[in-house]
Amino acid sequence: MTNEEIKQKLIDKFGELVYHFEEPYGMLTFETETNNNLKVMTFLNDDSDLEFTYLNDLTAVHYPDNKGKELAVVYMLQNIKKSIRIRLKVFTDIEKPDVFTASNLFSTANWLEREAYDFFGVNFVGHPNLIRIMNVDEMDYHPLRKEYALEEQTRTDKDDDMFGR
Amino acid sequence: MKQNIQLPEGSLEKQTTTLNLGPTHPATHGVFQNILEMDGERIIDAVPTIGFIHRAFEKIAERRAYYQITPLTDRLNYCSSPINNMGWHMTVEKLIGAKLPKRVEYLRVITMELSRIADHLVCNSVIGVDTGAFTGFIYVFEFREKIYEIFEEVCGSRLTTNIGRIGGFERNFSDLAFQRINAFLKEFPKAMKEFETLFNRNRIFMERTMGVGGIDADRALNYGFTGPNLRAAGIDYDVRVAHPYSSYEDFDFTVPIGTTGDVYDRYLVRNEEIWQSLSIIQQAMDKIKDLDPTVFHADIPDFYLPEKADVYSKMEALIYHFKIVMGETEVPVGEVYHSVEGGNGELGFYLLSDGGRTPYRLHFRRPCFIYYQAYPEIVKGMMLSDAVITMSSLNLIAGEIDA
Repeated sequence: MTNEEIKQKLIDKFGELVYHFEEPYGMLTFETETNNNLKVMTFLNDDSDLEFTYLNDLTAVHYPDNKGKELAVVYMLQNIKKSIRIRLKVFTDIEKPDVFTASNLFSTANWLEREAYDFFGVNFVGHPNLIRIMNVDEMDYHPLRKEYALEEQTRTDKDDDMFGR
Repeated sequence: MKQNIQLPEGSLEKQTTTLNLGPTHPATHGVFQNILEMDGERIIDAVPTIGFIHRAFEKIAERRAYYQITPLTDRLNYCSSPINNMGWHMTVEKLIGAKLPKRVEYLRVITMELSRIADHLVCNSVIGVDTGAFTGFIYVFEFREKIYEIFEEVCGSRLTTNIGRIGGFERNFSDLAFQRINAFLKEFPKAMKEFETLFNRNRIFMERTMGVGGIDADRALNYGFTGPNLRAAGIDYDVRVAHPYSSYEDFDFTVPIGTTGDVYDRYLVRNEEIWQSLSIIQQAMDKIKDLDPTVFHADIPDFYLPEKADVYSKMEALIYHFKIVMGETEVPVGEVYHSVEGGNGELGFYLLSDGGRTPYRLHFRRPCFIYYQAYPEIVKGMMLSDAVITMSSLNLIAGEIDA
């Protein structure tokens, strides 16, 4: 099954709602509307020809320059039997980053969405346990966003009066 | 998670006890925590907590040039760091479109398979230690030491190797390295057979591990399992066969599959993978004999440092050296995903480049992080000692869970 056939099936089913088809380095990549992500993934999961039943990866990217669409959630799905991968992106506004959760469809998404929430602040609607996973619970910002520097500027435990920082 | 759950009539206790199988514990091999609700010796519920060794690799990588990220990848699955290093180099080579000579690819295969043997030796012997059998662990670590000596000859370090460069290796494999590899190939099968006679048909080991910690193939796929844990559950998915890289299609090897996915199946799958890796290394050593022995890197002067003698005498070499070390080489804009078959499954690198000197976003698809989510479901209803064996058979490595 080639990337062209997958693209055609998606366009036949969703029409205008899937767009920006690209093939960087051989992997079909496309975008869809923010509230359409579950419908597309369910279609890819249930269709008997496509059979993208495996969620490989789920991550988020922050584009501070795209006003209104700063946070992107990137899903990578895989067809285990035919060894084909595709990538789906949804963009959401940073002021109200609500995305429907995929954890009812794929159990893999549970912790992956917690990680995206912890580092980027994407709010997954319907997630059973959306709390921070790797950072301390008291942290009140989302560190992987571009506005935060690598190291916290206000930390004092590494200041050395004799030799400088 | 609900604490001190009221238990039904007929249970040993009235309420569950909370037990903290904490981050520092000799049985959890690595820093991760499990908060267990127990009824006597049985586990009613488990909540894993991670993040004790989170080192912010994805944020650090946004500030480092491409060749400086390799030491970060070492520390993901630190039992088999060469595989992580090679995976990263292949991702960058895919981004820039570099093609490698066959000898380099075969040397990479040898390095990756040696580290896969090292990783599986740790996992299998540690399953033995958790059931109480310490001898296998001590015996097999002598051969892990021999693998470390091979890595030390090639790159200088033993555990976190930083082996290879973008485009090949930093120096040619010396004669001593090949001697050590050949000696390993000769001595290791005998030791491996002794290790197998200790465990494979040992009655106590079989009764402790069969039927324990099993997972269905469908649940395993839904949870995103890959690697030996998925193959023990019965699904035939190996990244080396499904999406071949580094000339793996030239090699002849079988992929072992289990049936029930319990601890015994995982042990046997890893055991057989060690034999298959030995066979791949032998094939690669035979294939290298016919190739030009002076080739150890691709011809990509934009990314691979030139010879020092040239840097001191030729102008172009000086300019390339300066640009590479400063990280000012032009990298194409693009997004690439590349995955390798790590010791625990599909280790993926999702790299977004905007043409600058550092990645715009680098995400590691870490297999241990993804399949550790399934631990509460596997462990529910089990005794505590079985839960400890299940944890060690899943080969959870804290560095890969947290990154």
